[in-house]
Amino acid sequence: MKIIILGAGQVGRTAAYHLSREEANDVTVVDQNEETLRELQDRLDIRTVNGNAASPRVLEAAGVASTDILVALTNSDEVNMLACQIAWTLYRTPKKIARVRSADYTERDGLFGESRLAVDVWISPEQLVTQYVARLIRYPGALQVLDFADGRVRLVGIRALQGGPLVGQELRTLREHIPSADARVAAIYRSGKSVKPEGTTVIEDGDEVFFLAARENIRAVMKEMRREEAPARRVVIAGGGNIGFRLASELEDKNQVKLIERDSKRARRVSEQLRRTTVLLGDAADEELLLEENIDSVDIFAALTNSEEANILSAMLAKRLGAHKVMALINKPSYAELIESGSIDIAISPQTVTIGSLLAHVRRGDVVRVHSLRRGAAEALEVVVHGDADSSKVIGRRIEDISLPEGTTLGAVVRGEDVIIAHHDTTVQPDDHLILFLTDRRHIDAVEKLFQGSASFL
Amino acid sequence: MKEILLPVAHVFALVMMVFAATMLAPLVLAVWGLDPALSSFVISAFATFFLGALLWLATRRFRRELKTRDGLMLVALTWVALPAVAGFPLWNYLPINFTDAYFEAASGLTTTGGTVLSGLEFLPRSINLWRHLLSWLGGMGIIVLAVAILPMLGVGGMQIYRAEMPGPMKDTKLTPRIGQTAKLLWAVYAGLTAACILCLKFAGMDWFDAVCHGFSALALGGFSTYDASIGHFNSLPIEMVLTLFSILAALNFATHYLAWRERGLLAYFRDAEAKAIFGVLIVSCFGIALFLYLKGNYADFSTSLRHSIFNVVSIATDSGLHTQDYSRWPIFAPMWMMFLSCILCSSGSTGGGIKMIRTLVLAKQAHRELNQLVHPNMVRPLKVGGAIIANKVVFAVLAFVFLYFMSIVTLVFLQLASGLDFMTAFSSIIACINNAGPGLGLVGPGSNYGVLSTFQTWVCSAAMLLGRLEVFTILVLFTPTLWRK
Repeated sequence: MKIIILGAGQVGRTAAYHLSREEANDVTVVDQNEETLRELQDRLDIRTVNGNAASPRVLEAAGVASTDILVALTNSDEVNMLACQIAWTLYRTPKKIARVRSADYTERDGLFGESRLAVDVWISPEQLVTQYVARLIRYPGALQVLDFADGRVRLVGIRALQGGPLVGQELRTLREHIPSADARVAAIYRSGKSVKPEGTTVIEDGDEVFFLAARENIRAVMKEMRREEAPARRVVIAGGGNIGFRLASELEDKNQVKLIERDSKRARRVSEQLRRTTVLLGDAADEELLLEENIDSVDIFAALTNSEEANILSAMLAKRLGAHKVMALINKPSYAELIESGSIDIAISPQTVTIGSLLAHVRRGDVVRVHSLRRGAAEALEVVVHGDADSSKVIGRRIEDISLPEGTTLGAVVRGEDVIIAHHDTTVQPDDHLILFLTDRRHIDAVEKLFQGSASFL
Repeated sequence: MKEILLPVAHVFALVMMVFAATMLAPLVLAVWGLDPALSSFVISAFATFFLGALLWLATRRFRRELKTRDGLMLVALTWVALPAVAGFPLWNYLPINFTDAYFEAASGLTTTGGTVLSGLEFLPRSINLWRHLLSWLGGMGIIVLAVAILPMLGVGGMQIYRAEMPGPMKDTKLTPRIGQTAKLLWAVYAGLTAACILCLKFAGMDWFDAVCHGFSALALGGFSTYDASIGHFNSLPIEMVLTLFSILAALNFATHYLAWRERGLLAYFRDAEAKAIFGVLIVSCFGIALFLYLKGNYADFSTSLRHSIFNVVSIATDSGLHTQDYSRWPIFAPMWMMFLSCILCSSGSTGGGIKMIRTLVLAKQAHRELNQLVHPNMVRPLKVGGAIIANKVVFAVLAFVFLYFMSIVTLVFLQLASGLDFMTAFSSIIACINNAGPGLGLVGPGSNYGVLSTFQTWVCSAAMLLGRLEVFTILVLFTPTLWRK
């Protein structure tokens, strides 16, 4: 797959890293900063082109004429949209993905599409991160909550703790514990290593468990893994930037939200647009301010400023001052590894959240959704199977008869409106959405081949 | 030191094993022709492979991803150590000492083409094929070849590619993947070589000579299977074919690839270096032809032009094949040819010297400085062929040229101190550092490097390696920071 990435910012660099480490992809990165590009090229096996991403000449130099996917990830919505339009008008580039942040563009129906603005897919990292954080707040105790099939199925990552009824029990007893709710454990990580989930596997205290379940059953399953936590009511957000502001406006109806912003102009702007949130002017790492605002009775403290160092420090401070649970937005994977087992409960990596929505488009076969997990080592996919029993390697077969690559679990099947949790005797039918969990991303090639099987015969 | 050297040695072991495979070509020829050198190649091939395998196993636990300095170290190590390995069959079979065997192999790998051997036509064919094959492998770069065929050199591949490819600006790749780029360059190189071999066959050579000289021409090597070099054939068609392919080999292979992809010659017109090379060559060939004719060296202008074109192109492109003993020409002509050998070849070609792009950058920079004196407030970027050259590149070029000339000065003094006459000392270093081949004086086209003492031969070997790796990659080995943890 030939891929051009416009913009070598945080998201662009991560995308280049994830895409270029797959043998099949040829990646070219365009940016205006020569230094960044040189550094990037030293680390990754990619080509770089220096120049304005929306200039036809630069796009041409990057090989837009023969590219399969254009991913516009520069800081400017306008440049991204224009670059996609140029690629389509001049070269009919098959797939164009743009990062569009402003809700002014994204909320307008009919702006994008054929014979309109030629953007096939728009992604807004801020929005993705906001939704991600919002889901985490909705399910207290979860480390990760990921949507499949428009949110009808969710993959939840949770740390099993003493006190959950299932902890210390074999997995197959899950059905006896909660007969009404069906769920499938897709992966278990024990002290950093993957453990194959089988009926006889015993869940231990401290395991990181990933399970798939229909949306309405999630709480019931979570209760099995650890003692239920009370839903979060009081939320403090540090940083009134794009993500902080969006999160506040999403939560303010159901929760009691306070938002701390350092810049007075920005604080004023944010306070004008929010209705019920208390906007505080000040530094989130200011002990006095936090104490004054009763930090010790806060359920969730989310540090979401642009500076990851500030996020780490203010989150640690809030934790020490008594905040029940703290989250911090952290870009550098090495930082995330450093702190996640320490005093910060959840490290949110915007790149990992965003990269999945890009990966879905480079996967062969009809892949609807991809979530990158565990810093890119594992992956969860939603695949649609097409064809019939003759042309496909999976249709018409029972799940136990499908030879999945090592470390791959088929967790759930979505058939029309129904969510079917996969059991060994479930039979795959045409147009089913299958939800797979790969503990080792390196087997992705084999998985792609398995589900693409039909296309090569057509 | 151990932590730095051993991971590099691990990759070098792989290169050695790949290199052992290339010894199969002369080996097969030796079997086929019942060659007396057969046993030398059998011993060498096995010894190289087993030494490589042994080193690989011994250093296995130091295996890791290559970093920038590892890349530099790998390239330097490969180029310093490989001539010893490659010279082994020569040393084993021929009555020469290790110094001469190393020189001969280094001369081949660096595509210099100066030889210490005489009576070339009486050597076994397998030995001659090996000498030419070394040139051909060294032409596009043994490490670039390794990058093309060893997938493990992915990310680190860019570092070593940069350390081995000639030219000041090497960040632009033909394709996003470095392995793919290396493969393309080798494909273009192999394709042109095949074309050259066919043309030489049609021009009247037998298959063996055609293959050997085809290798020489595209690598801009300069080895021949005859003491008299191309003068042995005395054939105008052969000279025309070799001239054409020498010029092609002196152009950037990336430009060849672009021209082939676009199915047109436009790529050459966009290449500022190619334009400059053609301009300089045309003026020089006709100028020297006229000069020689007026000086009475040749009776008529057409003979003068024929010899001028072949020998000027050959020396200027750092090939080193010759038809005439041009050291007998009035001193202006051979000196001009030596000068061209310093500057003419394009970056990304198989030739040596400081490369045309650096010449252009230096000329434009000098021009800019002069203008700046007249208009102190003038703002003007440095452009070559319409593309702006960053100041950083200009500084790198200046540093390179300084080191290049300092290397020449130092090595010439060493030669003088060892007792050589000025002309031989100067021309041997110029010819070796530019990977051109024959010099003037004692090492002129009528003679060879066999007359030099052991010390002088080692100085020449050093000059060849410095020139092939564009000074920096070798000199960086002597910087203390490289060796610090």
